[in-house]
Amino acid sequence: MINLHWLYVLAGAVFAGFALGSARDETNAKRWGNTLFWALLAVSFWFGDFFGDVGNGMLVLALVAIAGLNLIGRGSKQSTTPEQRQQSADRYGNKLFVPALIIPFTAFVGTMLFNYTPLKGLNLIDPKAVTLVLLGCGVIIALIVSYAWLRPPALAAVDEGSRLMNGVGWAAVLPQMLASLGVIFAAAGVGTTIGAIVGAIIPQGSVLLAVVLYALGMVVFTMIMGNAFAAFPVMAAAIGVPILIQADGGKAAVVGAVGMLSGFCGTLMTPMAANFNIVPAALLELKNQYGVIKVQVATAIPLLIANIIILYVAGFRL
Amino acid sequence: MIDYWPLLGIALVVIGFALRFNPLLVVAVAAIVTGLLGHMSFLKVLATLGHGFNENRYVTIIWIILPVVGLLERYGLQEQARTLIAGIRGATAGRLLIVYLAVRQILSALGLTTVAGHPQTVRPLVAPMVVAAAEKQHGKLDEETTEHVKAMSAATDNVGLFFGEDIFLAIASILLIQGSLASFGIQLTPFQLSVWAIPSAICAFLIHGTRLLLLDRQLGRQK
Repeated sequence: MINLHWLYVLAGAVFAGFALGSARDETNAKRWGNTLFWALLAVSFWFGDFFGDVGNGMLVLALVAIAGLNLIGRGSKQSTTPEQRQQSADRYGNKLFVPALIIPFTAFVGTMLFNYTPLKGLNLIDPKAVTLVLLGCGVIIALIVSYAWLRPPALAAVDEGSRLMNGVGWAAVLPQMLASLGVIFAAAGVGTTIGAIVGAIIPQGSVLLAVVLYALGMVVFTMIMGNAFAAFPVMAAAIGVPILIQADGGKAAVVGAVGMLSGFCGTLMTPMAANFNIVPAALLELKNQYGVIKVQVATAIPLLIANIIILYVAGFRL
Repeated sequence: MIDYWPLLGIALVVIGFALRFNPLLVVAVAAIVTGLLGHMSFLKVLATLGHGFNENRYVTIIWIILPVVGLLERYGLQEQARTLIAGIRGATAGRLLIVYLAVRQILSALGLTTVAGHPQTVRPLVAPMVVAAAEKQHGKLDEETTEHVKAMSAATDNVGLFFGEDIFLAIASILLIQGSLASFGIQLTPFQLSVWAIPSAICAFLIHGTRLLLLDRQLGRQK
């Protein structure tokens, strides 16, 4: 059965490639910092399970030190000029989209095959890893097709991949770091503390106020933790279940579903949700690392108000 | 008696992000401080951090897509995305993003959340197309406008994903809600929950869609 470990082997190889590509880029004054950073990640993917927890902790500290001491940079190496790219685009035309679309297409077809055909019963892929395995397959197929068709220099994928990866830089591991911070927060009892505080300030008698506090609690806690998953069990235990469902008689399905979605409004407004908010800013080469959050606030706040209305009307008035 | 000290870690994160220290450093310091204040030994904090990092490696796998994207960019993928949009009459930045929002919400509602995303679709396809459309509406874009249009592309992907995925029955967040409520003796099916994601999904489309139409008006006016 194909499980996550197969993917970790693949990911380790790709990050080793990023290390190699970074080392090859003489235009980057800090290239050895980049090389070390990506090499450490490759090592983590390949051998992380053999290091023990303290060993992995030291690996994390090393990554943080490289990033924190500003030892990572980016080069200015251009494999092709804008004019060459335009010429190439004119030559290959819309067929250039084909390899790019192979990846989503593989994910789509694979999901269908493994959920709705007899393949499901064969246990070829660990169900927990299906989406990532399909992503990996898509990447491999797209690479083979691109090499066979475009015939680039042998290390082109390594160099071009590193160019993009170094554009993202340390932000690439921020989501994983934040997930580890979540583990520490949970172990130190941050969730229970926040739940106790919110539970203590809950007003008596007003359903609307309780609904507002529940939704706002989801938003604030989600913004702190970076995802609504960590916030939901705490807020459900503090307000959702005892006050809204049991005392005030709200519909449980509405309180659950729309409570979670109120939290998602918080996800739109926090740098802690790095993979959605910080990483794309780096990936799109924005000057302002909070640029994506800035434009999302004006959607998130009206949407939060809409969710509060849905919670109140559908949960208590219908 | 509630122990408030571990909350100091949250304050550190807020301050560190606000002062724009390196976020990796901020997170590491906050993790260590929170752990120590939560009565863990330094070694225990280090082990917990390392364990959490190792268990969450799958979060970082997405970057394996970059060699493909980079290779295609070398052969003019972004330029071709622009050419394609330049040839479609009536294509505006706002309209393009409204279509993308709808598609993203529907695909997510079908459980196909990884079909699109920032590395998969926004960087190589959506952002260059939207910038090209904006240039058609507006003429040459200044840096601020380019940033705004690119940021809106990323934001549209997020809104579409967040407010589509919960309509799908087997998504992690729906299962989490079901599990959390079940621990209080409240039994619900995923279907009962995901139905109630639909009104919010519609509101998200209307609210963000309106902003995208306003983006078109903004781009037209500055011409």
